[in-house]
Amino acid sequence: MNEPLTATARQRSLSSRVVIGVLSLLLIGGIIVAIASFAYGRQAARQAYDRLLLGAANDITESITIIGGEPLTDLPVSAFQLLALAPDDRVAYAVRGSRGQLLTGQDHVRLPQSSTTSGPVFYDAPMQDEAARFVTVYRRFAERDFSGTVSVTVGQTLAARNVMALGLTRDALIASLVAGLALMVLATLVIRNAMAPLNKIADELLDRDPYDLTPMDRNVPAEVSVMIDAMNRFMLRLDRQVSSMRHLISDTAHQLRTPVAAIRAQSELIVEATDEDVRNQMVTRLTRRSRSLGELLDQMLSRALVIHRSDSAPPLPVDLRDIALNVVETRDHELLSPETVVELRIGPDEVIVLADEISLVEAAKNMFNNALRHGQSPVVIGVSQHGDTAEIWVEDAGSGPPADILDRIGERFERSAASTGRSAGLGLSIVRSVANAFQGELSMGRGDSGFRVTFTLPARTGGSE
Amino acid sequence: MIRKALYALMFCGSALSAQAEEAVAVFGDETARSMLFRSTTDIRVLGPTIEEFVRLNPDVRVIYEQWGSNALFAESKKDCEAGTGADAILSSAVHQLVSLVNTACAAPYRSPLTAALPNDRRWRDELWGITREAAVIIYNTALLPEQDVPHSRFELLDLMRQDNPAYEDRIATYDIEASGLGYLFAFSDSIEASTFGALLEGFSRVDAVATCCSNEIIEGVSSGRYLIAYNVLGSYVSTQYRDNVSVVMPEDYTLFLSRAYMIPRNAGNSGAATRLLDFLLSSQSNALLRDSGLVMRRDPEETFLPESSERVIPINPMLLVALDQHRRKRFIAQWRATFGAPQFLSP
Repeated sequence: MNEPLTATARQRSLSSRVVIGVLSLLLIGGIIVAIASFAYGRQAARQAYDRLLLGAANDITESITIIGGEPLTDLPVSAFQLLALAPDDRVAYAVRGSRGQLLTGQDHVRLPQSSTTSGPVFYDAPMQDEAARFVTVYRRFAERDFSGTVSVTVGQTLAARNVMALGLTRDALIASLVAGLALMVLATLVIRNAMAPLNKIADELLDRDPYDLTPMDRNVPAEVSVMIDAMNRFMLRLDRQVSSMRHLISDTAHQLRTPVAAIRAQSELIVEATDEDVRNQMVTRLTRRSRSLGELLDQMLSRALVIHRSDSAPPLPVDLRDIALNVVETRDHELLSPETVVELRIGPDEVIVLADEISLVEAAKNMFNNALRHGQSPVVIGVSQHGDTAEIWVEDAGSGPPADILDRIGERFERSAASTGRSAGLGLSIVRSVANAFQGELSMGRGDSGFRVTFTLPARTGGSE
Repeated sequence: MIRKALYALMFCGSALSAQAEEAVAVFGDETARSMLFRSTTDIRVLGPTIEEFVRLNPDVRVIYEQWGSNALFAESKKDCEAGTGADAILSSAVHQLVSLVNTACAAPYRSPLTAALPNDRRWRDELWGITREAAVIIYNTALLPEQDVPHSRFELLDLMRQDNPAYEDRIATYDIEASGLGYLFAFSDSIEASTFGALLEGFSRVDAVATCCSNEIIEGVSSGRYLIAYNVLGSYVSTQYRDNVSVVMPEDYTLFLSRAYMIPRNAGNSGAATRLLDFLLSSQSNALLRDSGLVMRRDPEETFLPESSERVIPINPMLLVALDQHRRKRFIAQWRATFGAPQFLSP
């Protein structure tokens, strides 16, 4: 009993799977968020500080005036106040004349590669071996004593940009970490909540009486009710099997009791009998009794087989003509009543139904044997199809049983029949069971030339596959 | 125990000093590993502090070179490119050190003491403001009448506009072309308030004198050559205190300067340089610097100066504006229009 429990414990719990799933999601998501937010942060920082750079450059450009034919810069403090918003970055600037000669600033500041002289040009360049960002703006002068373009280049190292980018990345990561933790807690709670019905079901099952096969409570979430439904269907089948088993056992007990008692009584009589003639007569009777007991057993077993198969074997396409042929070819009739003329009446077209072949053979055999036993020669077994119904029938030349027997016929057993030591009733009961199992129908009535028992099944039409 | 050698190589005020140190002093044991310390500060003023430093650090020998600010700047720029030079630089011309740091000539250093400095006395962890000195007006107490003592720039302006012949040629200030510190003060004035233009006009009116070096100016006031001197570093006055020289902190605003300390990128003995930095920022040294007048007490009772009038010259890239060629050209042109052609050869 302990083994399955420890096995369950060894399997990873659903919660731990979800935790691992969420964790790996967080890890992958975290990496993606980190990369994305770093890229975003860098871009944001670049844009923000590029604007400062441009503002400073424009400030300086504005301060240039032409004095005595020379552009002269009145370097504004405000430009450097703008640049000081990146407090720990080194700055560089250069104001150059139209021929690229340095007017003021630092000579090491390079001009951009591009040849355009309109609009601000941003570019990356080293500043004393440190990466830096530069912008160059141009101003055209057309004065009486000076005409030409003056370029103003302002550059700054990247410390503040990197700090900002990393700060944005860190904030994004903290936010996603918090969100991830919340997600994990929520997921765990939801799973625990969702799994609660399973525990309830398990408890309910454990508490159940072992013979209690009634359906379980379906008041559970839709996802779990699938399982409950399957379990209920399974229990229904189990219940059917168990009850048919019970029936079989009780029927068997019931039906065997009388013949076995009769055989015992007769064998005791034989033992006591002294007259040879009487003894021989008794032995003959005993033999007949035991043979009929054998038949009864055969039928009961075939019925058990049919009931078992109808619940467990999946229906397959079966040609009814094969069934009829099979019944005739076993040549049981030569044993049962050798004097009866048997006729097989089948057409050239196959008659397909969805059923279990073995069950059908048992049913047909019973119908046939009944006719041999109770009917009059000739006995005809035939197969025919009318639209979407297929039928296999047995007909004899007699007039059939009396009407009152006809009403009761096919009950599970008939006391009267059983008491005679013969098995009438059980055979038709088998046919009826098979009919129930495969949506078929059993009907009896007058045929073309006598009493006819017809087993009707829905035909499988529209396809020869 | 500690041998102190003072090579009195005083060339102060001489044009020859442009490319060399003005004085050298050696502190510490001869066997110890030496560090080269260059400063614009008078050896006499900073000497006791350095002496205490080598006493606490017997394995360090400090070679103290005293330089003029412009010469030190030019030399340090050369050193930065050549990969040689001093182990530590302490200069009052803060803008020049900002420029050196800006061209990646400095080495970074961080310690709890440097981190404790306020933002306007620290840049990039490569430049640190050590001292706290005021730019003041000094006057001769014997010669200047009590009612004429200017307590603010406005009063000084009014005084100069009186066309009183007594002040003709008797008001002095730094020559901004010769002194980096003088230039920095004048430049800060020009940014701080519009009074600067009027002051220049006033100086021109009284035919004021622009001259070099704090000592000379203080000496001149003491001797009676000048009645008033404007924008003099208060620290020098307090150390060379003379009975007849008095100090006024302008009430409209008073500039405060923090001499900046820098460790050059090429420093050979940067370990000693960082130790000296931490020592200069320590409370021990603070007391010594205070005795030397290099750190002014923040005491309104004593200075009569409201805190709102304090203008600290911040150590940041804004000072680069002061060194801009065009800006300097314009500024000096404006200055020369007042004081005439330079009396000293500028470097």
